[in-house]
Amino acid sequence: MLENSIPWTEGTVHAAGADLTIIKGGSGRPLFVLHEELGFPGWLRWHEALAQTHTLHIPIHPGFGQLPRVDWVSSVKDLASFYSIALRDMALGPIDVIGFSLGGWVAAEMAASCAHQFRRIVLVAPTGIRPDDGEIMDLFTVTARAYLDASVHDPESSPEFATLYGGEATPEQYEAWEDARAESSRLAWQPYMHNPSLAPMLRGVSELPALLIWGEEDKVVPISAGHIYNRSIAGSELAIFEDCGHRPETEKADEFIARVESFLN
Amino acid sequence: MHIMMFTERPYYDVPEDEIIKNASYFGIPNTHFDPAKGSELLNTYFDEVLYAEDRGFDGVMLNEHHGTPFCMGSPMNIEAAVLARITQRLKIVLLGNPLPAADPLRLAEELAMIDMISGGRLVPGFVRGAGSESLFNNANPAYNRELFNEAHDFVIQAWTKPGPFRYEGKHYHYRFVNPWVLPLQKPHPPIWIPGLVSPETVVWCAKHRYPYLALATFLDPTLEMVKLYADTAAEEGYQSGPENFGYLQRIVVAETEEKAQELGKGFMYGGGINSFARPEWMFPPGYNSKAATRRLAKVFTDPESGEELIPFTPVESEADIKENRAKIYGRYQTEQDNLQLIVGTPDSVIPKIRHILERVRPGIFAMWHHHGPVSHEDRMTSIRLLGDEVLPAMRAISDELGLAGPYETEPGSRPLPASGVREPVAGEV
Repeated sequence: MLENSIPWTEGTVHAAGADLTIIKGGSGRPLFVLHEELGFPGWLRWHEALAQTHTLHIPIHPGFGQLPRVDWVSSVKDLASFYSIALRDMALGPIDVIGFSLGGWVAAEMAASCAHQFRRIVLVAPTGIRPDDGEIMDLFTVTARAYLDASVHDPESSPEFATLYGGEATPEQYEAWEDARAESSRLAWQPYMHNPSLAPMLRGVSELPALLIWGEEDKVVPISAGHIYNRSIAGSELAIFEDCGHRPETEKADEFIARVESFLN
Repeated sequence: MHIMMFTERPYYDVPEDEIIKNASYFGIPNTHFDPAKGSELLNTYFDEVLYAEDRGFDGVMLNEHHGTPFCMGSPMNIEAAVLARITQRLKIVLLGNPLPAADPLRLAEELAMIDMISGGRLVPGFVRGAGSESLFNNANPAYNRELFNEAHDFVIQAWTKPGPFRYEGKHYHYRFVNPWVLPLQKPHPPIWIPGLVSPETVVWCAKHRYPYLALATFLDPTLEMVKLYADTAAEEGYQSGPENFGYLQRIVVAETEEKAQELGKGFMYGGGINSFARPEWMFPPGYNSKAATRRLAKVFTDPESGEELIPFTPVESEADIKENRAKIYGRYQTEQDNLQLIVGTPDSVIPKIRHILERVRPGIFAMWHHHGPVSHEDRMTSIRLLGDEVLPAMRAISDELGLAGPYETEPGSRPLPASGVREPVAGEV
């Protein structure tokens, strides 16, 4: 833990015709953070580090337990459009963005349809593209806990893993995960967790600095998908972390923070 | 009272250890399936239905599950079509077609065809399907209830609204609805709905005046649903009664107590209904309502009740398999004590059935009369004893208790008393 803990707040803003819960903390140039398919895992060491130089805006996806779902959002592409409108309403663009797993897919869809809304983009093991070697782990046939456990390469060597999602099995957390899984199912049931048009659309994106971060041992989204992302987004960099699974920000926090800070600054 | 025979038509030639290891019937590799044995079984199950008709049953109840040796009736409508032709009198009661997994227009056609072949003996029930059906059929579980509701409304339209018409719904879209096979029964066949005491389904049934049949559920929650149905019916302006309610009971009979006890163990095979599917397959994302998820959240995070709900998890070692088998058969007597399972000779089971009829007051009663490895010969004996000895006793009890079924009293046809306050129902008398 860093010594000077940075405070964060949770509030509601009205944007894109809906109420949206946003977690906000830090100071400096805004950074839009899109969370993964199990929800917002908590304020972690990497948030703390990046909040020193950025104001983090972390929306909780509608329907993920906090506020009701938005009826017209029934795909990840729709969710991407929803956030594009929300960014415009909040006058935040062009903004730096970082997205994790499903949140990375949302960011990629936003970039594919309007790259100018972003200054720089960081995608951390995003879903969205079907790997050509291996397959994306199916969240819908396992428990949330099993999915979470499979998301790290070696839980023993990443102490922060034990603190994710509050760390304990509570009824509230079970319910929050079920909300997240249900909404993810509405968004990404079929084709499972990917959009066949995403890679071709990303090939139309130019002049958007993009950093892809992947764990070499990712069991959730195999790294072959990372290579397709890398080939599709012109000029993108692919950073591969060794001995690391689907959560580089937790498993290799120092390396992750250094890499992202240097890319964004 | 309408009395039906029911069996899951199990494919039971799977080693019990395989089921215990998997902690689930769903997901057992189909390399364990031998089509030659399957063929023989399916045909003897048909023979048994013919025998049940001969021995005086009113109906045969079929159901549908996929990807599991628990039940071979995957495309149940095919079995129903065969039975429609080979039986003469039995009602063919489908409880039910899993609507979220269906193409509703095709389903409307299939059911109309079965109704025509049978000469108007079809009862087409509908279900949301177990969670595992959503996975097997790739029907998005997060839309399960929406799919159920829309498909139901569409099937009724396809049967009753003159075609051709165009249909654009949320989940279903048809350019040309004009089925040239329509049900013989008008305006459409009677619909019954089975379930596992989900309050949402009970309310929906009462609003549609469809009888609700509780599937071998515990008595107390079942009685709560009888009451919920009656309350909803009263809001809808009618009095519910036995004609609105059915119950599925597991009953094993044989010539001797000893033999019955041996056969009854088939219901525990591999863990029985407790090993139907693992929780992650029973409750895929969004399958449950928010209220049901909240109830489960409490149960799953509490070690004690969690153990009750998920008694078995997958195991590998011989020692663990042995331990789980002991746990499974350790429950056999308990299930009999709480009447979840009634086992015995006709003489010893009748008083127990009487107790159930007095408490639940159903107008529809289904007898799930075997499960697990039970031979054709033993199944035939069971049908004979049920038909010749148990059914006549039940009919007498039913007359005494006034348990009119839906073919005696039209469900939803009875007005509320003049006072506007509904009569007491089962569990309140």
